[in-house]
Amino acid sequence: MEAKSGREDTAPGPTAYDRAQQPLVVEDLSYAYGKRQALSENSFSLTPGRVTALLGPNGAGKTTLFSLITGLFDSRRGEIEIAGHKLRSNRSKALSQLGIVFQAQTLDLDLTVDQNLRYFAALRGLSRTAARERIAVLLNQIDLAGHARTKVRNLSGGERRRVEVARALIDQPAVLLLDEPSTGLDIATRRWLIEHLHYLAKEEGICVFLATHLVDEVAPEDDLIVLNKGIIVARGKVDDVVRSAGAATLDEAFTRLTIAPEEQSP
Amino acid sequence: MTMSHASRALLAILARELLRFVQQRGRFLAALVRPLIWLLVFAAGFRASLGLSIIPPYETYITYDVYVVPGLIGMIQLFSGMQNSLSMVYDREMGSMRVLLSTPLPRGFLLIARMFSGTVVSIIQVYAFILIAAFFGTPLPSSGLLPLLPVLVLTGMALSALGMFLSSRVRQLENFAGVMNFLIFPMFFLSTALYPLWRIREGSVTLYHLCQYNPFTYVVELIRFTIYGQPNLPALGVVTATLVIFGAAALIGYTPARGGPTAGRAAA
Repeated sequence: MEAKSGREDTAPGPTAYDRAQQPLVVEDLSYAYGKRQALSENSFSLTPGRVTALLGPNGAGKTTLFSLITGLFDSRRGEIEIAGHKLRSNRSKALSQLGIVFQAQTLDLDLTVDQNLRYFAALRGLSRTAARERIAVLLNQIDLAGHARTKVRNLSGGERRRVEVARALIDQPAVLLLDEPSTGLDIATRRWLIEHLHYLAKEEGICVFLATHLVDEVAPEDDLIVLNKGIIVARGKVDDVVRSAGAATLDEAFTRLTIAPEEQSP
Repeated sequence: MTMSHASRALLAILARELLRFVQQRGRFLAALVRPLIWLLVFAAGFRASLGLSIIPPYETYITYDVYVVPGLIGMIQLFSGMQNSLSMVYDREMGSMRVLLSTPLPRGFLLIARMFSGTVVSIIQVYAFILIAAFFGTPLPSSGLLPLLPVLVLTGMALSALGMFLSSRVRQLENFAGVMNFLIFPMFFLSTALYPLWRIREGSVTLYHLCQYNPFTYVVELIRFTIYGQPNLPALGVVTATLVIFGAAALIGYTPARGGPTAGRAAA
């Protein structure tokens, strides 16, 4: 990842992201809501320039895991490292390497697309010039260059999601985190989104971490982590996961890995 | 976080708040109409019947509408502070709070920036109210208007901190609306906003003591004394303490390690 532009504190130096570093490392991470254990001692790392799908049924712990990685939750059990910066001890630098698309849509409806992106760029410390240039590039990338002055309220759900992806990329993060981003989208927008994520990984070297419960959103070339009841039950290339589950398809493997044998249909 | 990053972020949060304020004309009107009704209807009725003795900071007899203006300025800031915290709860419910809290900015900075931007909006409302009050025949001493500005920053921040603390403890928008009603009206009525303490003591000693323990009383008195060019150190102390205590409590409330409101809200 090239050094970020427009921010004094991210010029090449201690915060510049080194491609050789693993973009995201999670070690022995656990989290509980009171007495209910949501995540149990999970460890994994991600590779730059690849899409990693976090596949799990509803309630598996995907959103909890993302909330921990984004610093919204704090767990004293386990460690999270983003682009070489430990989240617990170096929160600011760790989060500066993270772009996030939350499950719920989080744009300000009363602001225009441009105002939303400028607001977020300023929160990330980008100068006006850097923000303007970056926003122009990103709006072109998501085919919304003509909508810069449109209020978000007047955009479709799919267009809003595109803007959220652009917003997450405003500061050229090392890791792009997306929590079930296709929720509520039509098929065409879903397809665009998944293709765009692969483009970002392949062409821009971004590490894309995509949480989903839909098997058809996982491409054969993706890396895969299967989470069930707060525990990683399988991890690796899609083919390897399917093979190790003794299944013929990912759909079948997912069912075997996440549903108890007595609950599976014959 | 560098200074330039902090200033850009602060300006962005302030600009967003001002933009929303400008777009929500109803909010501006409501903020002005509320105290104006008190001034033009309530105070006009009491003007003839309620006599006020000479009490500091006033050096002569004053009419009731003159007495009530500092309380109404406090009322504007009280409602604005609560509105700001309500918008925090709304942002949290809608998810946009997550976007803010997951930026690489310290949470303390983000909370202070939100409180400050809400305070700036309340100050605009206050000066608009002062202008309209003067137009309707209740002018304030012009010498007090400039010194009032830093005091309004302090009182606005203190009331925002209180609202922020409440927003960190209340998990749902509907509940927060209830809490606001339970808080705003007792705070306003059990203070020196409408009557001086000696008048309240004449009516009820219990109410008098409640007013004495109400931080809003000191907000109103600090505003009142500043307008008339007199120091009020006890009020300054209580308002500063309110800011520090509730600001710290809000910060703790929004810290995820301590089970802040962003924690535990996501569906696992």
